[in-house]
Amino acid sequence: MKKLVFLLFLILAAPLTAQDSLPPAPYAYQQLDDPALEAKAHELMVTLRCLKCQSQSIADSDAPMAGDMRHQVRTRIAAGEEPEAIRAWLIQRYGDYVSYQPRVTASTWPLFAIPALLLLGAILILRGRLRKAK
Amino acid sequence: MTRFRWFLWGVVAVAAGLFGLFAYQLSQPKDEFIESAMIGQPIPPFDLRPSVPDRPGLSSADLADGRAKLVNIFASWCIPCRAEAAQLESLRDSGAEIVGIAIRDRPEDVSAFLQVYGNPFTRIGADDISEVQLSIGSSGVPETFVVDGNGVITYQHIGDIRPEHVLTILHELREAGA
Repeated sequence: MKKLVFLLFLILAAPLTAQDSLPPAPYAYQQLDDPALEAKAHELMVTLRCLKCQSQSIADSDAPMAGDMRHQVRTRIAAGEEPEAIRAWLIQRYGDYVSYQPRVTASTWPLFAIPALLLLGAILILRGRLRKAK
Repeated sequence: MTRFRWFLWGVVAVAAGLFGLFAYQLSQPKDEFIESAMIGQPIPPFDLRPSVPDRPGLSSADLADGRAKLVNIFASWCIPCRAEAAQLESLRDSGAEIVGIAIRDRPEDVSAFLQVYGNPFTRIGADDISEVQLSIGSSGVPETFVVDGNGVITYQHIGDIRPEHVLTILHELREAGA
């Protein structure tokens, strides 16, 4: 009997987890009425990183903070802000980390330059070989 | 022919170097902290309603009143926030003025939390949709910012304040002019 009561308490106990108590922000799960604006917002949201669950975009994540970020994106898009301006606003606060969209910067340019150089090298070598083969 | 062989050894060396780099990076602990890029920047304008009845709310104007402060981002539902309560008390006892921003929290929950863990705050603003938190580049609770008398962010502490962090934070607060 004691065990049963204990089990019952376990089932009924409110889980003491790190969850907030407030309902989600208005536009966390509510799409914008205008489908074109919603599409614009969604396109941006899939390229923004959730800061809580860092391998997910804010469009994928159910973390309350991701909901708050979606609210920011949707209300700003609805207010006429451009998606890239919103991205810039977030990068200004969290650095490049918050965006999944690669940018060419002082530290990332080799990522773009090296493949181009390798391709150029490959073309040059191939040209040399083909000439020799003739 | 020998030139070609040297070239091949070069390729091997580059590959070995790359694998060495991967091995080194994989053995490093993962850094999950996202630092705010707003350090050195003024806090963007905001005005938050009071979170509890016995403390006023918080606005950006309150942060630019000439005195350096600590801005503690917390929530009653956040477990590490309980762990840092004692350190916030000792910071306050050392003369730090601490204002709070309660993230996604109900007034009654915040009151109950402060009753149990102490209330070191002179003001507490309620940030119900993490708006202010996002605007200062904070990515979780708890976080503590040092803000100088002009409302410019000068330092960010991520995570709960442990006893060994208290001196650093006091030092940063003095640097900011407190």
